[in-house]
Order: sequence, then C-alpha cells, then structure tokens
Amino acid sequence: MSPEPALLEVRGLKVHFRGRRRSLLRPPEVVHAVDGVDFEIARGRTLALVGESGSGKTSAALAVMRLVPVTAGTIRLGGEVLSAYEGGALRRARRRLQIIFQDPYSSLNPRQRAGEIVRAPLELMRIGTREEREARAAGLFRAVGLRPEQRWLFPHQFSGGQRQRINIARALASSPELVVCDEPVSALDVAIRAQILNLLSRLQTELKLTYLFISHDMAVVEHICDEVAVMYLGQIVERAPRRAFFAHPLHPYSVALMSAVPTVRGGRVRATQRIRLVGDPPSPIDLPAGCRFAGRCPAATEHCRVETPLLREVTPAHWVRCHLVSGPNDAPLAAAGTVRPHNASPA
Amino acid sequence: MAADAPLLDVEGLRVEFRTTRGTANVLSDVGFSLNRGETLGIVGESGCGKSMTALAVLRLIPSPPGRISGGRIRLRGEDLLRASEARMREVRGNEISMIFQEPMTSLNPVFTVGDQISESLRLHGGLRGARARARVLDMLRAVGIPAAERRIDQYPHQMSGGMRQRVMIAMALACRPAVLIADEPTTALDVTVQAQIFDLLRELQASQGTAIVLITHDMGAISEMADRVVVMYGGRVVEEGSAEAILARPGHPYTQGLIACLPALGGDVPEARTPLAEIPGVVPPLWELQHGCPFAQRCSRALPRCASEMPPAFETAPAHRAACWLHSDQA
Repeated sequence: MSPEPALLEVRGLKVHFRGRRRSLLRPPEVVHAVDGVDFEIARGRTLALVGESGSGKTSAALAVMRLVPVTAGTIRLGGEVLSAYEGGALRRARRRLQIIFQDPYSSLNPRQRAGEIVRAPLELMRIGTREEREARAAGLFRAVGLRPEQRWLFPHQFSGGQRQRINIARALASSPELVVCDEPVSALDVAIRAQILNLLSRLQTELKLTYLFISHDMAVVEHICDEVAVMYLGQIVERAPRRAFFAHPLHPYSVALMSAVPTVRGGRVRATQRIRLVGDPPSPIDLPAGCRFAGRCPAATEHCRVETPLLREVTPAHWVRCHLVSGPNDAPLAAAGTVRPHNASPA
Repeated sequence: MAADAPLLDVEGLRVEFRTTRGTANVLSDVGFSLNRGETLGIVGESGCGKSMTALAVLRLIPSPPGRISGGRIRLRGEDLLRASEARMREVRGNEISMIFQEPMTSLNPVFTVGDQISESLRLHGGLRGARARARVLDMLRAVGIPAAERRIDQYPHQMSGGMRQRVMIAMALACRPAVLIADEPTTALDVTVQAQIFDLLRELQASQGTAIVLITHDMGAISEMADRVVVMYGGRVVEEGSAEAILARPGHPYTQGLIACLPALGGDVPEARTPLAEIPGVVPPLWELQHGCPFAQRCSRALPRCASEMPPAFETAPAHRAACWLHSDQA
C-alpha cells in the first residue's frame, strides 16, 4: 500500500435491510446487501467497486455517503469517523464527500435552473456570500465544459451528457476530497461516455480528487481506476491494483466476468472461449453456506460448498477470496483453457 | 423470386414526423438487405434512427405524427408497404418478430408468462389448450429456463431480468419467424447474463435458420454477433459492410470515432493511461438536419463541401460502402 495514510478507510462494513415478515412465528427476512467489506483509498487515487446488479456495490457506496443506515462497521475519512457522526456533525463532514448519480435525468430537479442546482450545496452548507456562490457556479460550469450562461437553462434543455456535467459540477461545488461516482457513465451513449470519462480524469488531476467509482463495465473500470475490488453477493471476492488485476484476474468469478465482456477485437472466437456461468446469483436473503459463488463456479469442490473462504493476500496487494487460489500462479479457471464443451440448446 | 434474392430487402426507406417545429426526416434513404440465417447489426447512438428503422419494417411507426413517406420493404419479394393491415397482422409476430429493449416493461404484469407466449401461437397457429401449452413448454426449455413446468404459470414479477428477457425471446420465436429484430436486447442486463442471451440467440439461429437484425450501440456485441453491419447517423446509413471489415478498417469518420472512443479491454494493460478519443458534440436534433452530411458538424476531417452536399455511398472495398466525401477520389 502507499505510505501515506488512506483518505477513506472502511472496515467491516455491513448494510442489512429488513425485508418482509412472512409469518408471525418467523423473524423478518434480512437482505444482506453488504456483508463485511473492507477497503481503503489513498488520496488522489481511484478505487473501482465492480460487480453485477445485486452485488452490493451501490449499497456500499451509499453507506460511505451515509445515505443508507450502516448496520455495522466503521467508515473513516481522513481521521474523522464518519460512521459515528449524526446530525450537525455529519452535515459538516459532508462537505468533504459528494456523489455523482447514475441517472442524469432523475437526479436533477426539473423545476430548478441548472445554476441553482449547482449552487444548492453551497447554499445548504452556507459557504461564501451570494456573489461568491454565483461566481463559483459560473467557474464550475466552465470547469466541466459548459458555458456559464447555460446556468439559466432548465435540465430538460440539456442532453444526457450535459446533464451529467451538471451533476459533476454540483458534486464539486463544496470542494470535496472524496467523490463517489455511482455508475456515472452507464446511462450515456458511447461517444458521450468517452467525453465524461476524460472530464473525470482531468478533474481528478487538477483538483487532486479521490474517487470511489462504482461500475459494472469492466472496460470503463480498466480505463479509470488505480485499484479494483470485485464484489459478489455483498462481499469483496478479489482486490488488486489495476494492472495486476486486468493482466491476471485470479478469482473464478472475476475471470468469468472478464470473459463475458464482448470486445471489438474478440469477435466470435472470444464468444466460444467464454466461461459459461449457469443460472443467476443466489438471493441475498437466503445466503448459501460456504463460498457464495460455489453454486455457479465451474471449479467448485465439495469443500467450497461447506466452508466459507477468507479474503487472503495471495501476492502483495492482491487479495482473493477463494479456497483454490493461494498463490499468483493458481488459476482455477483460465480464460481460454478450461471451457466446458459448447452444448446446443439446453432442452 | 430468384434463389439468391434476400429474405428482407429494404430500399430507400423514408420516415418523416410532422411536429410543431416542422417536418423531421427521421429516416432518409435507408436501405439494407438480410439473408436467411444471417445476423445484421445496426449500430449508432441514440437518436440515429436505429429503432425507427425496426418499427418501420413492422409498420409500427406511431401515426400521426409519423409517416412512412417512401421506399420499399420487401419480405420474400412481397412489398410490406403495400400490404393490407390484415396482412401486416399476419406478418407481425409470425414472420417478423421483435424483442424489445426493456424486459421489465414489455411484458404484461397481469398475465402469466405462459398466457403471453401462447397468445401468438393461438393467433397465428390456431393452437389451443394442451397443444399450445406443450409448445410453450418446449419454447421455455429451448430458451434455457429451468423448471419450465413451474415457470409457465408464473407472472413476470416473479422472474429476474435475465429470465424475463428469455421469456421475451421465447415469445418472439414461438411461431418460428423468418426474421427476428432484437432492439438492444441486452442493455438492461448484466454482462454474464448478456453472454447467456447471445449464446442462446446464436444457438436458436443455428437450429432454426432465423435471420436476426441486432440493434445495438455496443461494438463489442457487433463483433461477437454480426455478419454484416449498417452504421446509422442522423437517420441515414453512413457505412455498410461485413462486421470484420468495419471493425478492422472503418471507412466513415463516425464509425472510426465510435470504435476509438471505447475503452479497450484485453491485451496488455499499459501503465500510463491516455485520454480516450472523443467525438465532440452530440447527435443533432433531426429537425435541424440540413442538406449536407449529418455528421459534418462533429467531424474532425470535414471538408467545405460536407456542409452543403450529402455524400453518396462510395465503395471503399468490395461490399464495403461509406457515405463520406473523403472516399470520393477512390470511387
């Protein structure tokens, strides 16, 4: 790890949601959205949390923002214990962290002018005078590639990419240190996606921002992150620096996830070499015993179904939660080699 | 009909929408052909006319304000634009069927999936009762839904997104259509589920000989699925060719931009990251399209004539055409 202390440190984070009570005699169901997650991000770096829907990546990000109740664990931001704050103390600490939401349409109030939207955090946090706030909003518009006079327009007068720029400007208004990016480009067209990713990279360098980047898109993650954490059913199954991960993912789920991404150069050959996962992830209400991925893992053994693997450091800074991986050369699933025969229609 | 005539042949298709701001040319001179067992990819950003093309083929353009104002759509030689409404009802879901983008909203929440799949069997095939049910079970098994006997009586909300998309595919393929139009069939799904759906489409295509029109913005999906590709921009076809040629040697600056702005995955992972190539600006609103090339405003290589004259399609290689003045000297 980097010698300087981490800006964000998350330890043992759990976010459980109480579900329905199906019978008076039974306790209510509990959704284990995030179930014991640890990570840290050094200042000026980007950690990507990746996973499929229901893996708990967004719940983890919202917990860091304190936008969902934290069931257990601690969240530290540069020495402050965010998870212990409430009320006024939490509001003051929130200056230091902001979030960019996924959907550029529903995350902007259609009745507010763009300038007002960007100024709102400054007003709520009582930062600066009225003139200073106005000037800051104009500056932010320029910083994100909009024209200052566009402050007078309403959200519906902007395209999806421009709305995401407004979202970014709003997130940057209070000069945060940590910005949580929750799938910031997944709702955008490919050409616009590149514009926004480049903008996020540039702003990170200029403003020394730290990003917690939530995404399901491996190509986007490869482009933007310094470190990757792959989540499956509420837990981190693999964590590694960007190059180590993308050159050589070790956890069977990571390997399968990478092999599922269609690439421009891959063509049909890639499709035939794919690792086929069967079925859907199990429900986060009734978690399976043992490894949570065992039911879908082509390499799973009897041991995997019984005993829960721990997240172990298999090489420096590369952590894997798998019984079958204990060194950098263990690969229970290799991207091409161990493909099961292509069987026709499953009927 | 000649033996080598295409199954579906679209020629000079025009669609216009009358709005308060004037007439928008949503599709201008769109043409492509599709052979039996082939997959044609239609690529472009939102607002380029991909989905409109699909709706026009099925004559489902909302009218008013929309109108098919010209062109020909031939299915096995029969011009669908001259067909009666009754004949179109026979075509839809039976000879040409469609999978919509949103598996969450395209299924009726108050009917079981079995009822919904058997509807087209009842309407087109006259199948009822036990025979229809047996065929629905076959379809559910063919699209890889486990425990089909139980699933057939379930409602859409009891299924995951991937399962619902499988139901949509089962519904679309129930009558063994000759042409399947898949409009962004996997955008709402996770990649591992997307991979399962693509495998399924390929398997069904191989076993039934269905021709597929795959509408997507994902060049990766094109690379895996398509035989030939049509790239659309501003309601026009700007490039057309084999998937291999278009991905390896894109001729139109728009296609080049679409490929270059994708973050690449695979191969070596460089330590230093370079900014992604960008296509500046956004897709222009269709009522603002002028006479010239619709991409001219965003094109880094635009020539003076691009703004005033629409380039014709130049053949850049055999069976590979690009509508761009940069290729005019090679023609």
